[in-house]
Amino acid sequence: MAFLRVEELVKHFNPGEGALRAVDGVSFEVRQGETVGIVGESGCGKTTLVKTLLRLTPPTSGKVWLDGEDLASLPESKLRAKRRELQIVFQDPFGSLNPRHDVETILTTPLKAHGLGSTAERRQRVLSLLESVGLPRDALPRYPHEFSGGQRQRIGIARALVLSPRLLICDEPVSALDLSIQAQILNLLVDAKARFGLSYLFISHDLSVMRYFADRVLVMYLGKIVETGDHSSLWARPLHPYTRALMQAAPDPTQRRRAPALTGELPSPRDVPKGCAFHPRCPLASDRCRIETPLLRAFGDNQSAACHHPPLDA
Amino acid sequence: MPALLEVENLTIAFPALTPVLDLSFSIDAGETLALVGESGSGKSLTALSLLRLLPEDARVRADALRFNGRDLDGLSAREFRRLRGGEIGMVFQEPMTALNPVLTVGEQIAEALRAHEKLSAKAAKARAIELLAHVRISDPHLRYHEYPHRLSGGMRQRVGIAIAVACSPKLLIADEPTTALDVTIQAQLMELIDSLRRELGMALLLITHDLGLVAEWADRVVVLYAGRKVEEAAADNLFAAPAHPYTRGLLAASPRLIANRHYTLGRLDEIPGGITSAAGEPGCAFYPRCALRRSACRVRPPDLAGVADNHLAACLVTTALVTGGSHGVLAG
Repeated sequence: MAFLRVEELVKHFNPGEGALRAVDGVSFEVRQGETVGIVGESGCGKTTLVKTLLRLTPPTSGKVWLDGEDLASLPESKLRAKRRELQIVFQDPFGSLNPRHDVETILTTPLKAHGLGSTAERRQRVLSLLESVGLPRDALPRYPHEFSGGQRQRIGIARALVLSPRLLICDEPVSALDLSIQAQILNLLVDAKARFGLSYLFISHDLSVMRYFADRVLVMYLGKIVETGDHSSLWARPLHPYTRALMQAAPDPTQRRRAPALTGELPSPRDVPKGCAFHPRCPLASDRCRIETPLLRAFGDNQSAACHHPPLDA
Repeated sequence: MPALLEVENLTIAFPALTPVLDLSFSIDAGETLALVGESGSGKSLTALSLLRLLPEDARVRADALRFNGRDLDGLSAREFRRLRGGEIGMVFQEPMTALNPVLTVGEQIAEALRAHEKLSAKAAKARAIELLAHVRISDPHLRYHEYPHRLSGGMRQRVGIAIAVACSPKLLIADEPTTALDVTIQAQLMELIDSLRRELGMALLLITHDLGLVAEWADRVVVLYAGRKVEEAAADNLFAAPAHPYTRGLLAASPRLIANRHYTLGRLDEIPGGITSAAGEPGCAFYPRCALRRSACRVRPPDLAGVADNHLAACLVTTALVTGGSHGVLAG
């Protein structure tokens, strides 16, 4: 059963004429224990989607079901308790930790805010978490600036885990880290998932990280999901021309000096092209694509794409 | 034919640390050399030292710094200014901070041109518009009058590239030129830089942490670790047969789009620990993180040794120079 279900979620800024359609009717599910990845370029709406589903910003319309309760209509008092289930790991381990708080304060603050445990219990909880994320016990009295980027991200992960959430939202958790550290953090997230029975909503622009980490992937373009597929189908047979272009654009050590897969830049979400939003950059665009917006439709059991001309032969 | 740029035993020192030590490399005319490393490897400092843009407390020492037959050390500040932005162009990572926010992008290109060539204001403007078109910015006449904040990151970097190549440099130094950008835009800009390189006959010094970019665009690669060169090879050879444990570790740690690696099939190979300063360490800087380390590695820094034609690595173990060979003592 779906643990988190997002239904036709819409977030428009300045609604009306000239609205910025950051999230434009997104639906998906995250099942217990599943890692769902969201991939797309800057400006595709990934981060707004996360903020809206957490109700850090109110949605324009749509529903977010968590265990059968709609977060979008929950009163503030109940929302707070529900938010314990959903925690975030941010991209920037420098900007997301308070530089004036030591690690113990950083990790116990969420527990205090939710009124959980005695001082001794909180300390015990924090110590066991430090061990889970691979930090020494003597990290507790130290401050964020005393740690490297990778260690800071471990602190960020420990903070996200301290309330025993069921879903961890990871917003580009490794993109600010050096390559040799990325693998350490990805492995840590894999271990934490098994150990704590977590689900992940994993946001990344890096397709190689996505391929490794996600069970199912949503590809976003200008506020909409243009393709979704599970690990075994999407990478073997990407259907949307945008997904294909992203895969081709990813640097690849086996390729030399290729022509870019896509010309042009992402159009403004204030001025989304009519018909299929991708048509001005699409090599397969037809007259139909300029008029009629394609809907997501299923191709096989585990994949769907919003494209009038999916290249099924290739 | 001598190389376009020759760097011999470059050392960069600050009062408290020595982030680059005895680094040597050269670039031939028209060639793309990648300087690869993670944060703290000294790659950007190396670029800045070539441009004399290091902070004042930095001390730079080199046995030789030659560019196009001239000794860079011997140039006066005035001569160096003519070279920088003239025969040596540069592109930086952050196109927003590299551009002046209160000048239009066209004015900035024109300014760069007039700093190096005797041009009337009108001629400089015409050339700036040509350059905007050259870096494939549409409506260059209109874009000339735009301020940087009005442009996307990709467009701003195109302007940065236009400024860098305004005076047809012989060498373009590009420090993480596409790191802040989306992959589709990154691919467009790398292709643009490479086509300008071919067209203008420039050499390119590409400074990056991204091995995918290196494989795709570089002819030769120098891998830096903690300010030291640990490996140097033709790009094809480096990826086919990496010789240094650090290079091997980086390649093994990267998830790949082409390989079907999924977390359910196993963990990624990690390089343990983090980059630490090699200052004061007698042995190999990579020793604390190395899977192949032996006690001999702690005695003195390993020399670069040939492992194949035009392929050097600084590792006692993989270049098989450990005395006693395979029964060297494995360190815990």
